Amino acid sequence: MASVITRVKQKQIVQSIDKGKRLDGRGLTDYREIKVEQGIIERAEGSARVLLGKTEVMVGTKIEIGEPFPDTPNEGVLTVNTELVPLASSTFEPGPPDENSIEIARVVDRGIRESKAIDVEKLCIEPGKKVFVVFVDVYVLNHDGNLIDASALAAMAALLNTKMPNYEIEKGEVKTKQGYTQLPIRRRPITVTSAKINGKLVVDPWLEEEQIMDARLSIGIDDDDNICAMQKGGSGYFTPEQVLEALKIAREKAEEIRKKLEW
Amino acid sequence: MSQKSEKLIDKKGLRLDGRKSDELRSIKIEVGALSNADGSAYIELGKNKILAAVYGPKELHPKHLALPDRMFLRCRYHMAPFSVQERKSPAPSRREIELSKVIRESLEPSIFLEYYPRTGIDVFVEVLQADGSTRCASITAASLAIADAGIPMRDLVAACSAGKIDDTIVLDLMDTEDKMGTADVPVALMPNLNAITLLQMDGILTSEEFEKALNLTLEGCMKIYAMQKEALKAKYVSVKEVEE
Repeated sequence: MASVITRVKQKQIVQSIDKGKRLDGRGLTDYREIKVEQGIIERAEGSARVLLGKTEVMVGTKIEIGEPFPDTPNEGVLTVNTELVPLASSTFEPGPPDENSIEIARVVDRGIRESKAIDVEKLCIEPGKKVFVVFVDVYVLNHDGNLIDASALAAMAALLNTKMPNYEIEKGEVKTKQGYTQLPIRRRPITVTSAKINGKLVVDPWLEEEQIMDARLSIGIDDDDNICAMQKGGSGYFTPEQVLEALKIAREKAEEIRKKLEW
Repeated sequence: MSQKSEKLIDKKGLRLDGRKSDELRSIKIEVGALSNADGSAYIELGKNKILAAVYGPKELHPKHLALPDRMFLRCRYHMAPFSVQERKSPAPSRREIELSKVIRESLEPSIFLEYYPRTGIDVFVEVLQADGSTRCASITAASLAIADAGIPMRDLVAACSAGKIDDTIVLDLMDTEDKMGTADVPVALMPNLNAITLLQMDGILTSEEFEKALNLTLEGCMKIYAMQKEALKAKYVSVKEVEE
């Protein structure tokens, strides 16, 4: 996902961070402005658009009836997919999902699944045979860095906005009835990504910072301040002390975002 | 991760295979297991059986991937169809694509990529039998294969996992513990640089539990690191003996 960034600019970014301030005026642990809109696609069972500065991600959820996995016959199924659509960046190409989009989808999935955000047992229609399948499709519309946090936030916002069809069972057939009920949500995980640039940690990296970062660490935090997902990315490394510092930042920032969004 | 039905730790504090909470499974490492590859290694971690091979540095194909200032590292993590209980389709799954990426990113910091501009190096990992923590064993073997290929490195990368089973933090999860446990933390470390190059987590842990798990894996990595060095030396000692 890289494009060219001049040496002069790289130096500027690093020098600025060394002084505790970033080129866009933020402090090291400041997020860009977060805007969340819900229910913007009427055809979808749930939807949301998240703006993280100039990064824009849309998520739509669809609900279908399908079969459960054999090892979890009483549980509904969650499927997360991410599309890095070519209109979002000059570096995105059409075609099957590449490793970057698969990584985003799997990290978003991990946060939702491991925190048990959805009460999947309530999605069971007939044990072992029929359950609701929740499809979460992440659509990146404008890439200006930190797609993981924006996607995780948009996915959660869309799930909170998701309604499932009412149903009744008639002679073994599932028939949908009038009306909808809210998708059963138990937790609201929030993912916070820190990037390591020249030995310092900065939260919510934007595109140019991502291009020069050594590595990033994304941490999912649930409602009770527990860790529910983690993913290191990028070709650099973290010391154990930096990992713990990133964890401290993630807990603080998750609480801050939670308050702001009233989650 | 499903609900726990049976006890994973008995009254004496021993696990299903008789290990203590901070004990690694038995490890066997062989460097130079394949004759065609420029470098190779084979690892057995408990019931895991994994082969890693390195080809390169060599001219990169397709050429447009070549980087002007450094070598291009390509990684493929793949599981054999017979490596797990239910046959796995040989086509790469989304999990394998993600793991190929994180394994590459865990090895990249250890190699002097800038010594070989415009070239490529392929690291192939084949899991022949899987029994939990395959990504960690793969990294341990792949790092040795790179060393065996004679590529200049900052340090070897050693990896192992920790997790939470029956409310206890334990080292090196095997398959049943991974499936029935409530958290899994795989970590890779370059011991001489104190640098963590792989870190993932799934499940639920408090910050204190995470810190404990992280420290446990760091100790585990040090033990594996010692075994890696032994295995690397063993190959060249045996070569020397043959020549004499």
